[in-house]
Order: sequence, then C-alpha cells, then structure tokens
Amino acid sequence: MALDTEAVSKIAYLARLGVDESEYDTYARNLSDILAFVEQLNAVDTEGVLPLAHPLDEKQRLREDKVTEADQRELFQKIAPRTEAGLYLVPKVIE
Amino acid sequence: MHQKTIAELAAGLRAGDFSSEELTRHLLDRISGLDGKLNSVITLTEQQALAAARAADRRLQEGDAGPLTGIPFLHKDIFCTRGVRTSCGSRMLDNFEAPYDATVTEKLAAAGAVMLGKTNMDEFAMGSSNETSFYGPVKNPWDLERVPGGSSGGSASAVAARLAPAATGTDTGGSIRQPAALCGITGIKPTYGRVSRWGMIAFASSLDQAGPMTRTAEDAALMLAAMAGFDERDSTCIDRPVDDYSASLGSALNGLKIGLPKEYFGEGLDASVGAAVEAAIDEFRKLGAEVKGISLPNTSLAVPAYYVVAPAECSSNLSRFDGVRFGYRCENPKDLEDLYVRSRGEGFGAEVKRRIMVGTYALSAGYYDAYYLKAQQVRQLIRDDFVKAFEDVDVIMGPTSPTPAFRLGEKADDPVTMYLSDIYTIAVNLAGLPGMSIPAGFVDGLPVGLQLIGNYFDESRLLNAAHQYQQVTDWHTRVPEEFK
Repeated sequence: MALDTEAVSKIAYLARLGVDESEYDTYARNLSDILAFVEQLNAVDTEGVLPLAHPLDEKQRLREDKVTEADQRELFQKIAPRTEAGLYLVPKVIE
Repeated sequence: MHQKTIAELAAGLRAGDFSSEELTRHLLDRISGLDGKLNSVITLTEQQALAAARAADRRLQEGDAGPLTGIPFLHKDIFCTRGVRTSCGSRMLDNFEAPYDATVTEKLAAAGAVMLGKTNMDEFAMGSSNETSFYGPVKNPWDLERVPGGSSGGSASAVAARLAPAATGTDTGGSIRQPAALCGITGIKPTYGRVSRWGMIAFASSLDQAGPMTRTAEDAALMLAAMAGFDERDSTCIDRPVDDYSASLGSALNGLKIGLPKEYFGEGLDASVGAAVEAAIDEFRKLGAEVKGISLPNTSLAVPAYYVVAPAECSSNLSRFDGVRFGYRCENPKDLEDLYVRSRGEGFGAEVKRRIMVGTYALSAGYYDAYYLKAQQVRQLIRDDFVKAFEDVDVIMGPTSPTPAFRLGEKADDPVTMYLSDIYTIAVNLAGLPGMSIPAGFVDGLPVGLQLIGNYFDESRLLNAAHQYQQVTDWHTRVPEEFK
C-alpha cells in the first residue's frame, strides 16, 4: 500500500509526532517501501492459526494486591521539565 | 592487562598481580586515549568506577569475592543507572538521569562488577549499524570506515578494541548477535524472560532481551550467570532457577546433533561468509558433532513479520515520551498539543519516527487485523518451525549476518535494505529462543560470526558448544591492529 503525503501527515498527527512538511515526501516513500515489504505476509495462508501471544505460552502472573512502591515523588519530579507544588506543569488546557 | 579475559583477570586479582583499582584506571585511560577513534562510549563514569573498584578490592581482600568482583565492564546506555545519564542514544533522553537502577545494573553491581561507563547505541535500539544514535555513529575497530553493527554497536566495538573485557547488550531482532559478529566477539541473547527487563528502556516488549557481550564463551557464561534470574518487577520474567553455565562448559560434544537450515545458506548470503561458516561447522564435526540438513520453511517471513510487530510495540512504548514528566521538552510550547508534537518531533530521530509511524499505521482503526494480527499468526508459524526442528536436533547453526561489516552510510538511506541485515537473527526473537554469535573467521580482514540457536532455556548447551569450539580455534583471540 503506497502512502501519500496526506496519509503521512495524518499518521504523524495520530502519533503526536512533529514532522516537517519538507520531509513528508521522504517519509511517504520510506513508509510505502516498508509497507510494501511487509505486504508479502498476505500471501501466507494463516486460516485457523492462533496469533502468538507469548512464545512460551506463559500466562500473566498475578500478585497480591498490596502496596509495594514507596512514595518517591520528589526524586521523580527532580528530573521533570517543569513542576510546581508537586504537580507537573503543562500549558493551560482550559481557558 | 587489557588483553586478558574475565577469567584471566579474576585469577590475576586473586593472585594479587594487580588490584581492581589499577585495572580500572588502566581501562579508563585506555578509553580516554583510544575511544576518539571509535565513539563507543557516551558517558564515562570515572569517579563511580574507581569507588566501585576500591570496594571490590576490599571484598577481594576479605575473601568475599565472586567471579565478577573487581571486573570492569561497559553498560549499554539502554539500562537505567541511578544518577547517571541514561540516554538510550536519543536526544529525547540526553538530559535524563535515571532515578533508579535497572535490575541488570543492580545485579552486576551486587556481583562486584565495576561499571566504567555507558556505551553508544542506535537510538532506542532501532538500527543495525549504530548510525541512528544522537551521539554519532560508532566505528568498527577492524576498519574505521565501517559500521560495528547495531544496535549494541558501542558495546561490540569497545569489547573488540579491548577497552573493556565485557559489555552488556540488548537484542530485539539481532542487536547483540549482529554487532558481535561484525566486530569479532562473542555475544548471547538468552531465552525471552531469562533476564529481567525492569529498568531496561523498552523498544518492543515481546522481543527485547538482555545479554552479555564478551571475548569468550567462558566469560559470557560468567556474565550471564550474574545477569539472569527471576524478578517479580518484570511480569514476563520466567520463575525458573538459573543453570550453572560455567559448570557445563567442559562437556564433550560427542553426539551433539547440529541442524543446518537450508534457508540460511541460500540467496543473499555472501559466498565468503558462507565458506567461513561451513569451515566452522567442520570443526564441530571434528569435535564429534553430527550435522544434518533441516528446513525452517517460514524463514523469509521473519523480517516482514518483525517489521509489523516491533514498530507496533514501539509506537505504544514510546508514547510515554511526551515532554511532561522527564526527558526533552520543546521551547515555549503554545498549547498542550504543541508541547507533545514538538517535543516528540524534535526529540526523536528519523528512524525512530519511521518506526513509530509504521506502528501507528498498523494499529490504526481498520488495519489492525490486516497487519498486527496477521504478523502474530505468522509469528506462530515461525515458532512452530523451530519447535519441529528441535525434535530432531540439539542446536541450529548458520551465519549470524549475511555479510561482514558494511561501510558507514552504505545503507543509511534505504531502511528495507538495512532491515535485511538481520535476516538470520530476527526469527530467533520472534520465537523467543536463545541465540549466540561467536567469531568464526575473517573475510578480507573483517570478522565473520557463526550463529548458534538453542531450544528454550538451553543457554548452557550453546555456551558449552561455543566454548569447545574456542578451545580448538583462535578466531576469538584476534585483535584489531590499532588496538593491541
């Protein structure tokens, strides 16, 4: 499936990924090449084949529902771009 | 000292020939003096290393030392290290000092190993040449105009150049084995779930696995023993005792059944690489192994299935990098959406963006069944091929990479051609099996790797086979001229 620049712009938006308009053509070509390459999967008959969820057929382990993590807010917020009063700061969302 | 293996260094430390502090200083000096040529290290942790070395020397004196106590190593910059920059090769995390240690970091520290620094890598481990790093490409010590492979390219280059006796790596589609092959060292990717992924920055969670990169199989056994084991903080880690890898190294290979998949010796394989691999297989025959031809019929589907599954998981995993809680944030965002879009647009490089977009597309409404579900079904077929093959053979062998190291820039503009450098390694990740690469000869002065693939949790058998091969060959002892 070939993607055009409009499709690239839409996908970039879905991924919240800033892509310069001047690069749309290159991405459109690269992504189309990759999708054309993976398209060969369509030639395989997978009727009745169960999709592989885990190579070892392991089940998700459950643990007891109890608190295991200590509060480390200060440590974690030390590396945040902007915080105030223990909260992460972002541009105003509601006018 | 830098020419010694871990096993030799451990003996030297115990005999008092040198201290860990002397060894550590020697290697730090070596990195400072030589790494300008290679660019294999992103961050050097000099003071921390010397303090760890002195602590190791005390343990050695008190008789409280294990096999890795006082042994220096380099750590791939994908593992979180408390208070030390953990960049994952990306501008996005250039300013990120991890607030905690990865399980692998903790385990190696507890064993007394001395971290010298953090190695360069493809951005977020996405690449096969180490050219996608924000910190610039790594060079191959065998030819400085060639790539070291990737994504653990810095680790492979540094070990090959004798800047450290060992390094850690991670392998999602070949990222330990392919650079090990291209740089002429030993590397093992264990069974999925053998080593904890906690604190190891996620790329494709159903495929990622950590392992050691060393010069010998004997050293890989020592490193893996320290890295492996159950960890309840990683929900996919397997609760199963770790084998004594070193204990089984000495077993004879009489009667070992080796399978050679015909699909690994066909079109696309460089003829000289093929000849070197055949010669290595002959050595195994001489060691008493039985060799038979087998078939893994769905081999050609591995790379396409991978390039649906891995980007899909990456697009989900990398959504956490949003410029809000840690990592890169763009200047003067005008609103929240602008903050997300520009922080991610400026923080990620081109290959990471390509993969996020492929994954986003494959998972988007209306396409999920056609891409992701289909790829997971094909993945089942690929695993079934291996399960069937291991009914008849103990180990599968073949080339690690179809060619020796290629030139810097040669494949950088053509993603699909680059993806095909992992044609023999990717299926192993899709199936969750252990795989290993060991030095098996040279083509035009460039190393060739032999790949060994084992059944689930059969790391001991791979390490044993590799060790026996290394007792009768000397490829793993060769050193690039400029780094003797």
